[in-house]
Amino acid sequence: MPEITPGKAYGFFTDTSVCIGCKACEVACKTWNLLEGHEPSFLDGFDNTGGLDAENWRHVQFHDNVPDQTLGSGQGSVWLMMSDVCKHCQQASCMEVCPTGAIIRTEFDSVFIQPDVCNGCRDCIAACPYDVIGANETTGVVQKCTLCYDRLQGDMMPACAQACPTESIQFGEVDVLRESAQKRVDALHAAGVSKARLYGADDSIYGGLNAFFLLMDEPSAYRLPNERNAVLPSRNNIPGYLGALVTGVLGVLGGLIAIRRRGQSPEPAEATAGGAPDGTAGAADTPDAEAREKADG
Amino acid sequence: MAEHFVAPPDWLWYILFYFFLAGLSGGSYTIATLLRLRGAPEDAPLSRLGYYAAWPPLLICPILLILDLGTPLRFWHMIWNLTPGDAGLNFKYWSPMSLGVWALIVYSGIATVSFAETLARDGKLRMGLTDWLVRVMDGLLGKVFAVVGMVFALFIAGYTGVLLAVSNQPVWSDTWALGGLFLASGLSGSAALLMFLTRYRPEARASFGMLAVSERLYALLEGALIVVFVLTLLWAGTQGLVFGFPWLLLWIVVLAGLLPGLRGLVVHRLSPTGEAVVAPVAVPLLVLAGVLALRGAIIFSIQV
Repeated sequence: MPEITPGKAYGFFTDTSVCIGCKACEVACKTWNLLEGHEPSFLDGFDNTGGLDAENWRHVQFHDNVPDQTLGSGQGSVWLMMSDVCKHCQQASCMEVCPTGAIIRTEFDSVFIQPDVCNGCRDCIAACPYDVIGANETTGVVQKCTLCYDRLQGDMMPACAQACPTESIQFGEVDVLRESAQKRVDALHAAGVSKARLYGADDSIYGGLNAFFLLMDEPSAYRLPNERNAVLPSRNNIPGYLGALVTGVLGVLGGLIAIRRRGQSPEPAEATAGGAPDGTAGAADTPDAEAREKADG
Repeated sequence: MAEHFVAPPDWLWYILFYFFLAGLSGGSYTIATLLRLRGAPEDAPLSRLGYYAAWPPLLICPILLILDLGTPLRFWHMIWNLTPGDAGLNFKYWSPMSLGVWALIVYSGIATVSFAETLARDGKLRMGLTDWLVRVMDGLLGKVFAVVGMVFALFIAGYTGVLLAVSNQPVWSDTWALGGLFLASGLSGSAALLMFLTRYRPEARASFGMLAVSERLYALLEGALIVVFVLTLLWAGTQGLVFGFPWLLLWIVVLAGLLPGLRGLVVHRLSPTGEAVVAPVAVPLLVLAGVLALRGAIIFSIQV
């Protein structure tokens, strides 16, 4: 592993075609980052983690597409496994909405949540399109993969990549990883695995993902938004405020129309129908002289 | 169809009531200011009532927002960035939450001044400064102050919808109508709230006709925006999330809350007399229940 140098962009290339679902990445991540995890639950396939959250910064997905009758070799796409993680997006939705400035980009080009700055508003959870971030019930702040920021500072690769026995998780400079990923997908295509594709290696998804993937099926099969659905929260700023602005103008106009139409005061009998709690008469009987003088300012 | 793979942020009860109270405060301040600037002399008591109604929610709103934080004692991190090497004021105009915090601070100050001024005008606050405040507010400065306050009030009533939309959540981010919808609903609810409060301020009933007419118009506006909301969700294909059971029950309450206003519009059109004057308790409470149910349906349907 070459020296890890601040100022360069680092990330993961996760090749799902060689993932065997051993979960060594999950264990290594929890061990290094002192994450307690949750009580295991028995979910679909071999999944007993459920998903990414404050306690699970790596999560191995299992997708069982095995047909009832054997039709062929399957070419590695009927039993899908993927070690999911924060994508460290170039255009990060979480960073965009964070009101406290707690989410920053580090010198290694990773997206990092500063635990001492975060106040637990959870706006980033609402924004993250990958369901990566979770709120820690003990500390009250949100957490996710840090790309092992502390290990990078100590010139060590992230724990998950080091533990992965099949090199499904590869760590390195993003540019180098992209070249290697392209070679791998080309080799798979040459071998007839036409469904193999890269996700996030180019800038079509959030400007490029520093943690990108080789997938064996459509992105949605792995709970990843496709190019059309990979959109930033800020897309709704202008239309949202414009809608509110038009409504505000109409609301003011409505109020002004109502003031013009008020014309006559209600009949005293109607005005007091239902009765004032104190039994006093309506305004028509008790004009507020001082108020009338000052009402116009 | 829009695909979403996000987790819900668990913005639940505190946020529901914050959205509700922010809408009522902003709407009440707006109606009060319109009456102050364009109303007849006999509208002054209702205008004052509006300024009174706008203020108490602002005591509760910050508490709700702070309690909703994972670390409530760090609420001030919203306005001060502690990042080493980048410390300073936090103001991110592209983040509705950041913008909303600042708007709430400014609006709270403005609403407090208006509240104090109203107390002084009613003779309930007598200090040396209050006479000066009333004198200043009687002039051009007072009108400018009220208009600026109204702009912030409208913002506070509506930005909450934009806050939801500026996310990647299903339903919330599939529409651009939430800001307008929450604002229209806040205005409608505020007219209803003031109708209700006139029971306790009889001299304000001279303006009841204005409230009745405005409530009808705001109900129409809200109804139109609900249609836009539905259409945008149909386009995204996520309407099933928010209009399925049990949320449909809340939408029935929303529609019930619109009915008095829409019925008044059909029967009485823009005539200032109307049925609302005859039924001052049930109608406003029904409208307010609709305002709460609208926010409840939108907030809870995708998170629970």
